[in-house]
Amino acid sequence: MSDSPGRDPLRSESGAVSPAMIAVSAVIPGAGHVVAGRRQQGALLITAWLLAVTLAIGAWSRIAAVPATGSADDWIAVGTLLAMLLSVWFAGTFGLARSHGGQPTNRDSLVSDAWRRFRRSRTAMAGLAAIVILYAVVLLTPLIAPYDYGVQVGDLTQVRLLPPSREFLLGTDRVGRDILSRILHAGRISLTIGFVATAISIFVGTAIGAIAGYAGGRIDAMLMRFTDIVLSFPRLVLLILIVSLFGRSITVLILVLGLTQWPSTTRIVRGDVLSIRQREYIMAAQALGYGRVRIIMRHVIPNVLGPVIVAATLGIGNTIVLEAGLSFLGLGPPSPTWGVMIEGGRDVLLSHWWVATFPGFAIVAVVLAFNLVGDGLRDALDPRLR
Amino acid sequence: MTVRAKVPAAGPLLEVSNLTTVFHTEAGEARAVDGVSFSVDAGETLGIVGESGCGKSVTSLSIMRLVPEPTGRIVEGSSIVFRGRQLLSLDSAEMRGVRGNDIAMIFQEPMTSLNPVHTVGAQIAETIRHHRRTTRREARDRAVEMMRLVGIPSPADRARDYPHQLSGGQRQRVMIAIALACDPDLLIADEPTTALDVTIQAQILELLADLRQKLGMALILITHDLGVVAEVCDRVAVMYAGRIVEEGPVSRLFEDPRHPYTQGLLRAIPRVDSTSTRLEVIAGQVPSATEWPAGCRFHPRCPMAWDRCAREEPGLIQVGQGRRSRCWLEAEPERRDHARRIVAHDPGGSDRGPVR
Repeated sequence: MSDSPGRDPLRSESGAVSPAMIAVSAVIPGAGHVVAGRRQQGALLITAWLLAVTLAIGAWSRIAAVPATGSADDWIAVGTLLAMLLSVWFAGTFGLARSHGGQPTNRDSLVSDAWRRFRRSRTAMAGLAAIVILYAVVLLTPLIAPYDYGVQVGDLTQVRLLPPSREFLLGTDRVGRDILSRILHAGRISLTIGFVATAISIFVGTAIGAIAGYAGGRIDAMLMRFTDIVLSFPRLVLLILIVSLFGRSITVLILVLGLTQWPSTTRIVRGDVLSIRQREYIMAAQALGYGRVRIIMRHVIPNVLGPVIVAATLGIGNTIVLEAGLSFLGLGPPSPTWGVMIEGGRDVLLSHWWVATFPGFAIVAVVLAFNLVGDGLRDALDPRLR
Repeated sequence: MTVRAKVPAAGPLLEVSNLTTVFHTEAGEARAVDGVSFSVDAGETLGIVGESGCGKSVTSLSIMRLVPEPTGRIVEGSSIVFRGRQLLSLDSAEMRGVRGNDIAMIFQEPMTSLNPVHTVGAQIAETIRHHRRTTRREARDRAVEMMRLVGIPSPADRARDYPHQLSGGQRQRVMIAIALACDPDLLIADEPTTALDVTIQAQILELLADLRQKLGMALILITHDLGVVAEVCDRVAVMYAGRIVEEGPVSRLFEDPRHPYTQGLLRAIPRVDSTSTRLEVIAGQVPSATEWPAGCRFHPRCPMAWDRCAREEPGLIQVGQGRRSRCWLEAEPERRDHARRIVAHDPGGSDRGPVR
């Protein structure tokens, strides 16, 4: 950046982007942003770029082995790394060129509007950053985990229940497996269970709530009584019952968690739909000859999506906690999840605290992050602020 | 039946007869619209005027068959014939083909009549794609064209705006564009200008009148504002308490209102050139729809009422060509002269203006 002739136009307030700036950004994405005065974004892009490149180089031997021996997990990890590199690179070059190409657009869509308000909350942004990093790390696990999650790191008599050390950052468990590697691997299962189960419950809950609220009358009454019945089941007992009937597997766990959580979404959605049904634009949509399905799908549901998104975000955290609870009771899936790991450390909690504590931290961190984001979204999507 | 829809049927475009719409409320059965009959010819503009609660909005919703069920219901024996088709006997799919396509409607509140989560261009295009076989691109182009037609500047840019980015007047223009996108034969405008600034009101009315002529459609304009009617309409029907009380061509009805209620409404328009310092009002209130008064429904508030008015209800009595009035004065015209003499002698009535 010592090129003095290029310097002034680069720093110009007007935000004009010179080809030189883009060329620099093509090598170090984010550099152009920094020069153009967008320091924060620039620093973020540079950091992400350096991390991704370092990882690609450092884990090259593992990446090179993937085509020959790779499992699906390995492929996902490589794909994630590639996506990271590409998205950072494109954001650094084309993103820079486009955002500065013309006048700042006044096209504040509802999404960008909400994003602007979301960004104002530091805690919510911290939560979002935590979630993004967490998902990245978890997806990259096969490339970054120091050991194989399922294998003893050495002779059992010598490696079981080792305290945290430089070699095993979070220690080893009672069968001599590296806890850090297991936490990373368990994270993908726990997060997947939370994500998929919540997706199911949101889908079912929104559908039932929208139909009940829009149809009204007898259909509404029937659906809501059904919802009340589901809601009045003691959930934990139901979960225990179903898991013991159908056996412990990730699929069963996801289905059970998903199909017992929807009533809360249904109630939120139905309440909102009841008020939206009275809006004039629904009457206007009817006057245009639209059918029920179209009105519900295109005119009612998009307008209740705000609270649904908030419920979904908070729901992921809840589901992860519930899954941990079930696993702790010995009803978890046969694969390692954070709950299963805590359960594994229960017997040695007082003598070897690290076995149960670190997975516990992971749960707290994830749930906290989701809750922070959920609260931020609640504020950002509040229709009263529009 | 499809053939019939293509051929312009002889007779009026829309013929409503004996329309009765009731609502079941906690206070009992409300006959919001009670035996209303009128017709609209192709290309004609009919104004429906009345105070709030007189049933004018329910009349328009009934034509669209959008009366909220199950509380509201169009009573057996009502008839709404549009281009020779009995709308009340269509199934719901057929009716959806009529709404927005043959008969379109615009509502009072442009602020809330547009869906906040879609761009206005997408909302216009949605109507087109719903009723016509077009590609996405064609629908989008037509949406922009419609926005230009309703006088929105740089329509291609505005089409990508969300409703909250537009002003009230522009939103109402968008509503009109949506309503007209499928080239309806009849547009029902329910208080289209009530929520707008006075200056914008005039623009929107002018636009409606202009488009009506350009597109050759019929227009039913529902309003409580007689000024609006005078500006835009060919014919006007005055509604009171669920019934049409007077009907006729606009110019003659304004010149020579026959029904005491119409006379009252016309007197209630504030006039700049009037020497009167007091605003004219019609004494009393609109009765509740659950208990319309016996006899003539206006008699409790009518300055000319006599005992017959409380006993029997008058029918719509023909007065001259194309004019009808629901008043016993048409049967006993000598009473009108009598009333006029009384008013002339009443000093308190002197600032009421001329009573015909």
